[in-house]
Amino acid sequence: MAVLDKIRERLADKIINWHEHSEKRIYILIKPQDIRKVATLLFKDLGLRFIIATGQDTPQGIEILYHFSIDKTGQIISVRVLIEDKKKPEIESLAPLFPGAEWIEREMWEMLGIKFIGHPNLKRLLLAEEWPEGKYPLRQEHES
Amino acid sequence: MSFKLKALTKSLWVFHAATSPCNNCDIEILDTLTPRHDVERFGIVLVGSVRHADVLLVTGVPNLKTKERLKTLYGQAAKPCLVVAVGNCACGRIMFRESYNSPCNVDEIVPVDAYIPGCPPKPEAIIAGIVKLIKKVEGGK
Amino acid sequence: MSHKVIIPIGPYHPLQEEPELFRLYVEGEKVVDIDIVLGYVHRGIEKLSESKHFDQVPFLVERICGICSSSHPCAYVLAVEDILGGEANVVPERALYIRTIIEEMQRLHSHLLWLGLAAHFIGYNTVWMWSWRYREPVLDCFEMITGNRQNYGIMKIGGVRKDIRDEDIGVLKKTLEDLVPVVDMFRGAVMDDPVIKARLKGVGVLNKQQVIDWCVVGPTARASGLNIDIRRDDPYGAYDRINWNVIVEEEGDIFAKTKVRILEMYESISIIRQCLDKMPHGPIDADVKDIPPGEGIGRVEAPRGECFHYVRSDGTNRPIRHKIRAPSFMNVASNKISAVGGTISDAAITLAAVDPCYCCTERLIVLDRDTDKKVMNGWKLIELSQAKTEKLKKDLGDR
Repeated sequence: MAVLDKIRERLADKIINWHEHSEKRIYILIKPQDIRKVATLLFKDLGLRFIIATGQDTPQGIEILYHFSIDKTGQIISVRVLIEDKKKPEIESLAPLFPGAEWIEREMWEMLGIKFIGHPNLKRLLLAEEWPEGKYPLRQEHES
Repeated sequence: MSFKLKALTKSLWVFHAATSPCNNCDIEILDTLTPRHDVERFGIVLVGSVRHADVLLVTGVPNLKTKERLKTLYGQAAKPCLVVAVGNCACGRIMFRESYNSPCNVDEIVPVDAYIPGCPPKPEAIIAGIVKLIKKVEGGK
Repeated sequence: MSHKVIIPIGPYHPLQEEPELFRLYVEGEKVVDIDIVLGYVHRGIEKLSESKHFDQVPFLVERICGICSSSHPCAYVLAVEDILGGEANVVPERALYIRTIIEEMQRLHSHLLWLGLAAHFIGYNTVWMWSWRYREPVLDCFEMITGNRQNYGIMKIGGVRKDIRDEDIGVLKKTLEDLVPVVDMFRGAVMDDPVIKARLKGVGVLNKQQVIDWCVVGPTARASGLNIDIRRDDPYGAYDRINWNVIVEEEGDIFAKTKVRILEMYESISIIRQCLDKMPHGPIDADVKDIPPGEGIGRVEAPRGECFHYVRSDGTNRPIRHKIRAPSFMNVASNKISAVGGTISDAAITLAAVDPCYCCTERLIVLDRDTDKKVMNGWKLIELSQAKTEKLKKDLGDR
């Protein structure tokens, strides 16, 4: 069975929305609390490669897109979560699953203020020590 | 001109300090050491410690982490020490001027004696810039 | 009693007294832990993108890294073209070939640059001088086509900005022809040298599972047996129209990483030659007016690995979000595995082996943890590495 079909079948109860932008670019929407289970399926069970995660500040909430690559077919499946609480956004960390997620979660934390629960080392990655607490450069209210 | 400055124009010891570069300028600086340009035949030598340097080459855009370091570095250099801003970023920050992480220009941190613009400046331009600076220093007796 | 020693590396830009990119914790000669501190090159480019027009962004992202200078704009324009329906549907054929030629020339100059630096780190300064010297004709070709040795300004949404003229083709082909014996020479000098083998085999090893867990990409991953290459897996440009091979090795040590990069140079030369022969005449760009709302992903196989860009548009003339992931973001993190367990004298070359996008690697410092005094600086670390090679030479010569 093709990998995409396996994903659709095994995540049937978790996928809120499945959108195929093109043959190689697929976006699925899930609830934030399901991210650990979904990532376990994609990374550990199905052997997809984690590329990176994109955090965004949108009017509806803080959105994170986790991009996974199906290298055999060249497809990218991007898993979207929307955290509605913009004052204290939190989500489970994927770092305990695979270390490749550590750095990007640190970056999203300092740029957007998202707390990653269970991250082994949530401290600043890029910003200087004297950068003020509570100011998140990638939030819309922060100026360029 | 002071005896020290005059001595400088014989052989230059250069220290290369990068603030937040994309590295193009740094590679072009290193390129001046390679056989095609071979800047060592002019007596220009790259050194590992700022305390031995006569010239400080600065590249990149100063960001919050590197700004203080540049100041400290300049403080440690034995005076007189000429500062050369290499590349458009060091000259005026160009497109990074509005970045949240870029507080100021290089010349607002340390006094700059020469600006070598370019993105990146070719090795020939870097050598020409340094030679111009030497001539200016020699000429200003 | 173990004292923790922190090591600075960075003869190229030793801002010496302070934090430092890599903190190596050492027990005697052995590296027991590593802490990697970033932020020295952070310029807020993702945020800056949001204030630029779509057409201005390639010039901004070109300057993320000097060596992967065309990979970032290429990945970015691919992301925007993804919003528009995909590169193949937007970009004229001739431009696909030109993009491929530029990308492969970049790989050539980048691998030659890396070869020089790695050689310097282990004390083979002649290799350094020669590899950088033979890099020059490639840079001359860039200047001939694009007008600049680095930062080419050639990628645009819908195609490329400059064409390769007929008279350029002859020069390109001659440069490539002259480069083959040079790569042969490096291959012989590096692969067949018993000292280099002794120096690099078994050092800085990453096994396949580690590469997977740390999401490593590029030659670093392929040297550990992970067969991934964006040019083949998710083709862009003209890669799916010509014949070439993905180079994979199994051992995962620095020798394997070196071998992958050297053999990739042969493939690059072959790819460029095929493109020059097959490239059709025709337009080099499509007229792209507006970017509709949507999101797109573009990725290319930069010399260091997968370079990934995500762009979101809301129908205005600026991206509302631009995510950039350089390959080194994943690869440098894996030093936690490859450098730990090795010796101080191998630290310099191990860290260099992932071919860190140079502007990610600035310094290491050696500090004594108990007294907090500086014990060693970056030059010293490289000297240690070079001294180890000298000793090996003597030992092997005595046999």
